[in-house]
Amino acid sequence: MSNTPFVIAGRSFTSRLIVGTGKYSSFPVMAQAHAASGAEIVTVAVRRVNISDRSRESLLDYIDTDRIFVLPNTAGCYTAEEAVRTAHLAREAGLSHWVKLEVIGDERTLFPDTEALVAATRTLVRDGFVVLPYTNDDPIVCRKLEDAGAAAVMPLGAPIGSGLGIQNANNLRIIREFARVPVVVDAGVGTASDAALAMELGADGVLMNTAIAGADDPVAMAEAMRHAVVAGRLAYLAGRIPRKMYATASSPVEGMVGR
Amino acid sequence: MLITLNGDAYELDEPLSVADLLQTLSIDPRRVAVEYNYSILKRQLFAETIVHEGDCIEIVNFVGGG
Repeated sequence: MSNTPFVIAGRSFTSRLIVGTGKYSSFPVMAQAHAASGAEIVTVAVRRVNISDRSRESLLDYIDTDRIFVLPNTAGCYTAEEAVRTAHLAREAGLSHWVKLEVIGDERTLFPDTEALVAATRTLVRDGFVVLPYTNDDPIVCRKLEDAGAAAVMPLGAPIGSGLGIQNANNLRIIREFARVPVVVDAGVGTASDAALAMELGADGVLMNTAIAGADDPVAMAEAMRHAVVAGRLAYLAGRIPRKMYATASSPVEGMVGR
Repeated sequence: MLITLNGDAYELDEPLSVADLLQTLSIDPRRVAVEYNYSILKRQLFAETIVHEGDCIEIVNFVGGG
């Protein structure tokens, strides 16, 4: 059975798990969790430098950038203009021209403003970015993002940080069937089985932050997620059996003692 | 002289380069991106770009996020 590498915009990765850098109790715990996850891509946010307190350590001191690809996000942006501006700042900060594009439409749900998301994708692709948009689980929006030049589409499994797991498995399957670019399920994962399910549905990768950072033991959960993503991918490639209403015996029905 | 630095008023004694401003603030220029009056400032221009009265400077870096 062949496993194909995870390729985005011509760049090849071994791990299909992408993890965040937010909400950890400390940078050392984050670094241990990253190592346990096996992830080769981590997301970061772009924020103003704290002018008054320069004592804080730098996040980048705890990311092995020789081994791990740093993917900046535009989290917290509510307009296409704001997201484009943030992406340009991220590129200038010097690590890559890739961006996890977020244009949020609502504070409570953090659902994306898909109209602005498509517009921002178009602008950033024109500006030379590799754009990975976080979107909702809508196959039509995913198609529009792809047409706008997105290098992958990243539909949510559930609201960001909710831990609810995959809410619309069927939509994700349709998105996978439609898409000609990688599909990364981004957000909503709560535990390992959610990540496995996303992969079993055919996702090319899974992105998560809170599920690991917020676990009682983030390092152990990171390891669980690594196994879940591998297991889900293998199960997808292996081809699951059809669901049936009634039982089918696994042991022979002939040769029973005393019959 | 007053400038706007990351959204707040900030007092400087005299005009100085962006590179010197970063040094004054103990900020490693390799780890940040700078906007000078709402335009991205390329790193190679930090030394020759002078911050004047009323200028608006944004300095950002990477922080934890998902």
